[in-house]
Amino acid sequence: MERTGIDIGSRSIEVVILNGDRVQRRQCDTGHDPLNQVRRLLNGVRPDRAMVTGYGRQMLEVEWDLPAVTEIKAYARGVHYMDGSSRTILDIGGQDTKVIALGPDGRIRKFEMNDRCAAGTGKFLELMASCLGFSLEAFGAAAMTAETSVQINSMCAVFAESEVTSLVTRGVDRHAIARGVHKAVAGRAVTMLNRVRWTEPLVFAGGVARNPAMVQILERMLDVRVQVPEYPQFVGALGAALLA
Amino acid sequence: MTEKYRSMWAGLGLDLDAHDMLMDVLGSLYAETYLKQPHRAEGMEYFDFVMSEVHGLRIEELLKEKEQGRKVVGSFCVFVPEEIVLAAGGTLVGLCSGADFAMEEVEKVLPRNTCALIKSAFGFKLGKVCPYLEVSDMIVGENTCDGKKKAYETLGTLTDNLYVMDLPQVKSEEGYDLLLAEYHRFAAQMEALTGVEITVDRLREAIGMVNAKRRALHRLAVLRETVPAPISGLDALLINQVAFYDNPERFTKSVNDICDRMEQAIAEEHRSGGGEGPRVIISGCPMAVPNWKLPAIVETSGGVIVGEESCVGERGQRNLVDAAGATLDELMDAIVDRYIQVDCAIFTPNPDRLAHIEELYHRTGARGVIHYGLQFCQPYIMESIPVEKALEDRGIPTLRIETDYSAEDVGQLTTRIQAFLEILK
Repeated sequence: MERTGIDIGSRSIEVVILNGDRVQRRQCDTGHDPLNQVRRLLNGVRPDRAMVTGYGRQMLEVEWDLPAVTEIKAYARGVHYMDGSSRTILDIGGQDTKVIALGPDGRIRKFEMNDRCAAGTGKFLELMASCLGFSLEAFGAAAMTAETSVQINSMCAVFAESEVTSLVTRGVDRHAIARGVHKAVAGRAVTMLNRVRWTEPLVFAGGVARNPAMVQILERMLDVRVQVPEYPQFVGALGAALLA
Repeated sequence: MTEKYRSMWAGLGLDLDAHDMLMDVLGSLYAETYLKQPHRAEGMEYFDFVMSEVHGLRIEELLKEKEQGRKVVGSFCVFVPEEIVLAAGGTLVGLCSGADFAMEEVEKVLPRNTCALIKSAFGFKLGKVCPYLEVSDMIVGENTCDGKKKAYETLGTLTDNLYVMDLPQVKSEEGYDLLLAEYHRFAAQMEALTGVEITVDRLREAIGMVNAKRRALHRLAVLRETVPAPISGLDALLINQVAFYDNPERFTKSVNDICDRMEQAIAEEHRSGGGEGPRVIISGCPMAVPNWKLPAIVETSGGVIVGEESCVGERGQRNLVDAAGATLDELMDAIVDRYIQVDCAIFTPNPDRLAHIEELYHRTGARGVIHYGLQFCQPYIMESIPVEKALEDRGIPTLRIETDYSAEDVGQLTTRIQAFLEILK
C-alpha cells in the first residue's frame, strides 16, 4: 500500500510516496497558496495513508483531516531509516535550524531549535547572498573558493545586512565576506550541537545541506565527517511517509 | 463586563476606552483558551464567574470594604505576607502583570530589555487600566530581582503610595534576620495604614485563614496526581491565579467545593478534566492573568499539565505557618520560617528549588518538565541551564523555553512543545 509523506516548509513543499521499494519524490515552492501546491504535487489525488509535517502541517491537519507530526520527529525517523547508526541530525531549513540527538534505537534523546528569528537559517543565507549580489548557488561556491574570511558579528538578519554592506563599502573582497557569513551560520549550528551534547555519526539534512561550503566549514569546525543524504531536503517527507 | 461599572471605573481614574479594549481582548482570549476546553472539571463555573467579574464585582467589593474602613494593599510577589495584612485589617490583592499593554509608554521609562512581567505592571499603570492598582491604598514592592528593585525606583515616581520591602538573597542566619526585621517593619507600616493594632489573636486568626487557603490549594495539587488528571492544567492554573484576587475565605470554600466534586468524579470514575496525553509539569517564572500562552499550547497539543513549580503554583503556596505560638514574636518567627522556604531564583545558591522540581515530577507521575523562563528574567534563565542539566542527568526529559507575552513565537513554540510531547509518548 502506498504511504505518502508531505513536508510543508516555509520555502518549499516536498512529497515522498513509498510503494514497496519504489520511492517517488516531488517538490515545489510553498508560494502563497500551499494547499493548492500540495494538491498539484499529488495530482489532485487525496492519499489514503498519509502523514503531514513541517511548518504548515496544521493546515492539512485541518483541511484534509490528515494526521501530523513535527519536523523533529519526521527527521529523526527519516534519518534513522536511512542509516540506523546516526546519532545526531543537523537540519538547516528555510526559517529554522534544528539539532536532534538520537539514541541507539533511533529515539529522540534531545533536540534544540532556534527561537523566533531567522538568525542562522537558510533565509539568513539567502538574504546575505542577495546583499552581496550572489545567486544562492554562486554564494556557496564563492565561500568555497575564498582565500580569506572576515568575521561577521551580527546574527540578526537586519544588523548583519548593515554589517555586510559596510564591509562591501570598505572594499573587502565579497568572497571573503561570503565565507564569513557561512562561518557565522555554522558557528551558530555548532553552539546548538554542543547544547545537545552531540555525538557521531552526524547527519546534515535540510535545504542548506546542499551548500558545499557549509558542509566543508562544519567539518573543519567539528573535526568530523559530516554525512549528507542524497536528497537532504526530502528527509522530513520520507520520515513522515514512514510514520504514515 | 457591562455599563454598570463604568462610573466606578471612571471614579478610579481608569482610561475607559483603553480599558474597554483590554476587557474585549481578555474576554475573547478567555473564551478561546478556557471555555473551548473539552471535558472541563465540574465546578469551574465559580472561577469562570470570578474571571468574568475580575474588574467588576470584585472591585465593587473592595470599594465597599474601603467604605467600612478596611485598607487594600496591592502586591507583585508572594513574599508579601498576607497574614500580616489581614491581621492589621487589610485586604491583599495581586496586581496585574500578565499582558503587554501601552508598551510605547512603558519603553519611555524602562529599557526594552526588561522582562515582560515588569513591563506589564508598568503598562497597566501608565495605560490606566488596572483597577486593583488604583483601588490600592498601598502598593508593596519588594527587592527580589534587579529588574524589579530598580523598576520600583521608577514606579515610585508614578504613584505616591509605594512601599518597598527588602528581601534576603541568601538563606543564612543573616538572611533570616533580615526577613524577620523587614516583616516587623511591614507590620508596623500596616498598623499605621489601618490604625489597627496587630494582636496575638488577630495574627493567629489571620494565619489560620491563610493556612486554610493554602491547605485547599494543596488539596487541589494532590488531586492532580490522579491518573487521568481530574482537572486540566489550564483550569488548575486559573484557580491558582484567582487566589491572588479573590476574597480569601470565599476562595478557600470554592476550592474545597471543586475538590469535593473532583473526589466524587474520581470515585465514580467519571471522566472529566485533563486529557490522557503525556503528563508534564511546568517550572519557572510565574504566570499572572492572562498569561496562558504556554499552558494553552501544551494542552491543545495533547499534553496535560499536572503541576506548576511556580510562584503562581506550588512554590508560592506550599508550606503552612505554625499557628501554635503564644506571643507575637513567636508568631512572627513562624511566619518567617514559612516564607524563607520559598525557593525563588533570587536566592543563591538555590538547591531546594531543584529538589522541589524533582519531588513534584515524581509525585505527580509526570513524564517531563518544561522549564518556563521569561526573556530577560535573569534569575530563572540563569538557573534554567543547571536545572536542565541536573534533571537530564537524572533521566528526566526537560524542555527549556524562553519566551514573553507576545504571540510572535507561537508557531516555533508549538513545534518545540509538540516534538517534546512526541518524545514523552
